[in-house]
Amino acid sequence: MAQAKAKTEGEILNVRNLRIEAVTETGTRVTLVDDVSFNLKAGEVLGLIGESGAGKSTIGLSTLVYARTGCQITGGQILFHNRDLRGLDVKGRQNLRGVKVAYIAQSAAAAFNPAHTIYEQVCEVALQHGVMNRAQARMDAIRLFKELDLPNPDVFGSRYPHQVSGGQLQRAMAAMAMIAKPDLLVFDEPTTALDVTTQVEVLASFKKLIREHRTAALYISHDLAVVAQIADRIMVLRRGQMVEEGEATQILQRPQMDYTRMLVAERVAAERSKFVEGHAEGDRPILDVKNVVAAYRGTVRIIDDVSIDLRRGDTLAIVGESGSGKSTLARVIVGLLPRQKGDILFDGTSLPPRLQDRSKDQLRRIQMIYQMPDVALNPRQTLLDIIGRPVQFYFGKNRAEVRARVEELLRQIDLPPEYITRRPHELSGGQKQRVCIARALAAQPDIIICDEVTSALDPLVADEILRLLRRIQDETGVAFLFITHDLGTVRRIANKVAVMLKGKLVAAGPTQQVFNPPFHPYTELLLSSVPEIRPDWLDEVLRRRRKAS
Amino acid sequence: MKVFGHRLSLTVIIGVLIILACAGGAIFAPWVAPYDPNLPMGGRWDPPSPEHWLGLDQIGRDMFSRMLYGGRISIGLAMLATCLAFVVGVVTGLAATIFGGWVDTLFSRIADVVLSIPNLMWALIILSGFGTGAGIIVLTIGLLYSVYVFRVARSVAMNIVVLEYVEAARLRGEGLTWVILREVLPNALPPLAAEFGLRFCFAFLFVAALSFLGLGVQPPDADWGSMVKESALAIPAGIAAPLYPAAAIALMTIGVNMVVDWLLSIYSRPQGENA
Repeated sequence: MAQAKAKTEGEILNVRNLRIEAVTETGTRVTLVDDVSFNLKAGEVLGLIGESGAGKSTIGLSTLVYARTGCQITGGQILFHNRDLRGLDVKGRQNLRGVKVAYIAQSAAAAFNPAHTIYEQVCEVALQHGVMNRAQARMDAIRLFKELDLPNPDVFGSRYPHQVSGGQLQRAMAAMAMIAKPDLLVFDEPTTALDVTTQVEVLASFKKLIREHRTAALYISHDLAVVAQIADRIMVLRRGQMVEEGEATQILQRPQMDYTRMLVAERVAAERSKFVEGHAEGDRPILDVKNVVAAYRGTVRIIDDVSIDLRRGDTLAIVGESGSGKSTLARVIVGLLPRQKGDILFDGTSLPPRLQDRSKDQLRRIQMIYQMPDVALNPRQTLLDIIGRPVQFYFGKNRAEVRARVEELLRQIDLPPEYITRRPHELSGGQKQRVCIARALAAQPDIIICDEVTSALDPLVADEILRLLRRIQDETGVAFLFITHDLGTVRRIANKVAVMLKGKLVAAGPTQQVFNPPFHPYTELLLSSVPEIRPDWLDEVLRRRRKAS
Repeated sequence: MKVFGHRLSLTVIIGVLIILACAGGAIFAPWVAPYDPNLPMGGRWDPPSPEHWLGLDQIGRDMFSRMLYGGRISIGLAMLATCLAFVVGVVTGLAATIFGGWVDTLFSRIADVVLSIPNLMWALIILSGFGTGAGIIVLTIGLLYSVYVFRVARSVAMNIVVLEYVEAARLRGEGLTWVILREVLPNALPPLAAEFGLRFCFAFLFVAALSFLGLGVQPPDADWGSMVKESALAIPAGIAAPLYPAAAIALMTIGVNMVVDWLLSIYSRPQGENA
C-alpha cells in the first residue's frame, strides 16, 4: 500500500501501537494513550485533534521520549529514522531533545526565563550541543527571526521576554525550536493563548517556517479550523484512542466517524449559523450603562466612556481582545470596581457604584457566571449548599423548601437530582459550569453576566452550555451580558453586540448590523481573523490583507 | 482505614500511637504513676529495678513517676501555648487578608519586628522581667509563635480570597462572618492543621529548652526539659537517667511530625483524588 512505499522515502517518525499509562497513588493504572499509530515524512504536518484528556499532548511529548510525572510509556514503538527511541539512554535522550526533536509549548511566557535575553535562550540549545559556534548561532537566529516576520530581526534577540508581545514571544519560541535544525517539531496548542488577530500572524509564520525547512511536524490543537490551515493530515483522538485519521480535506469534508462529524458540525455551526434575531421585550432597558469611566489605581482609564443598554430577553455580547476592558466592564457593573464617572441605571434607578452600598434586592437581580467553574465553586460544599444558599439567603426559605428548589434547579440544568449531595470535584467541567448557572438562577435574576463562560470548555461541551443558556432565556426572559473573545459564540447566542478596543466602545448594535458591512475597521479585522475550517482560509486572508496594505 | 476520606499510612498510625501514649501517660499520671514524683525513696542514681522501672534520679526520686508528671507539664504547657498562638495568629491573619490596607500593614510590620529578634532572646527578656511561672511561659511562647501562625494563615487565606467562589459570595451580599467561616476557613483548614502540629512541636521543644536553661518550671516540679538538666551531671558517670526524658522529648516530636507529614501530603494532593 501507499504507506509501505512511504517508508522508503524520507520517513522520519513512525509511531506504532503506542501505549502510555499513568499509575495513581492508589496503584490503579489508567490508560492515557491506547494503541495509537501514525507516521510522518519530511515536510509533512500531522494535526492531532481532540478534547482535553484525549491524549494529544501526551502523544506529542512521547516523541521526545518524555512522559509527565506518574506516566509511563508502556507499549509500542517510537521509531525515529528507523531507531526505536524507547531504547535510548539518558545521554541519547539529551542529544535527541531540542536537537532532533523540538517542542513548542502553549505558553511562551512560561517557557522563557525572564532574566535572560531572547537571543541567549534561542541559541542555548545549539551552543550546548556544539551544533554551531556563537557567531553562527547568532546569524541563524537572526535569519529565523526574519523568516518568522519578527520586527527588527537584527536586534530582536537582544530584548528580554517581557519587552516583546505575546505573539512575538510565541514566534521566538519557534525560533528557539528551529535553531538546531530539528527533523521534527511538536507544536502543542501554540496559538491557543493568543488573541485571534495575533493568531493569524503567528499561524502564518509557523506555516512558512515548516514549508521552507521541510520539517516534519505534529500540530496539536483543539481547534479544527486552526489545524485545517496547517496540517496535511489530521488524526482525531478521543480518550486516548484514535477515532479517525486521514488527509485533512477528507477529515474536514467527508468525516467517516460520528464523533468527527460532530466536531466538524459544531465548528461549521460556529461559522455559518444565522445571527440571532432581536427579540427584546419592553421599551425601557433593564440595564442602562451611561458614559461610564473606570480605572484601577492611577489614572489610566480601563473603561473609557462606555455606554450600553440591555433589555429583558436580550443577549448582549461584549467582544474584544485581552486587555480591551470587557471583563473590567463586568466588574464595574456588579460594583466590584466602583465607576468614577457616568451612571448605571438598573430598572430605572441609579445603582450605587460600590457593591457594599447596594441593596440585597439589587444584588439578587444581577448574577454572574465565571470562566473557570473549578474556582467558582467552593470545593468543600455540596451542590445543596452551593445552589441552596442563594435561595435561603435571598428568599429566606426553610430547609425543606430550599432542598425542593435545588432539586428543581438541578432538573432545569439537566443534572440528576441525586447529585444534590455531590461536591464539585465529583463533577465534570461542563457539569460544574451547569452548577454555576443553577446558582445564578437560584437568585431569580433579571440579568446574568457571563464572563467567558465557555472559553475553558471543550467545543462540544461549550455548545451544550450555550444551548442550555438559550433555553433558560426562553423560559425565564432573563437578559444575558455575554463577555467573550469568541466570535462564533457571539453569532450563536447574541442578538446585540458591542465591540471594545482599549477600553472604548468602537461599535455597538444588533449583531446583524455590526457583523455585516459596512464594518467598523476593527470589527472587520476581528471578524476576518476568526479561523474558518476551509483549508485555504489562511492564505486567502493573508492575500487579502497584503492587497489592502 | 480512612480519615477525612484519605487513606492512613503506617507512619501516621505509628505517629498517632506515640502521641496517644505520651498524652495518655500525661493526662492519667496521678492514676498511673506508681509513686509520688517528689518523694525521695532510695539512693542517688539507683539503677532500674522491678520496683523502679527507670531507676531513681539524683536525689532518689522514682524516675518513671517523674517522667509521667513531667510529660503532663511539658505537653500541657506546649498545648496551651500552641492554642493561644493559633487563636491570635489565625484571627489576625484572616483580618489582615480580608481588610487589607493599613490593618495588614500594621500586623505584618509587628510580625517583622518580632521575627527580627530570636525567640529565645525574647523569652529571656520577658521571663527575666516578669519572673517565671506556667502562665507567663504559656503567654510568652503563645504570643511569640502567634507571629508564625499569622504568616501562615495570612498567606493561605490570601490564596483563597482571590478565588471566584469567594467573590461570588461577596457579590451575593454575604456578611463577613459567612465569608470567613463558610468560604475561607474550611478551605484553609488542612494547611492550618499541619501548621498546628508543627507549631506544637516547636512550642514543646521551646518549653523544654526554657526549663533546661532554668527559666521554665521550678523545682520540685519538673518537666522533661528540666529533668534533662537536673540529671545532666550523670552523663559523665555513664548513667542512663538523662536519656529517658531526652528520649521522651524526641519521641513525642517525631510522633507529631509523622502526623503532620501526612496532613501536608493530603493537602498537596489534588482535591478529591483518592477520596
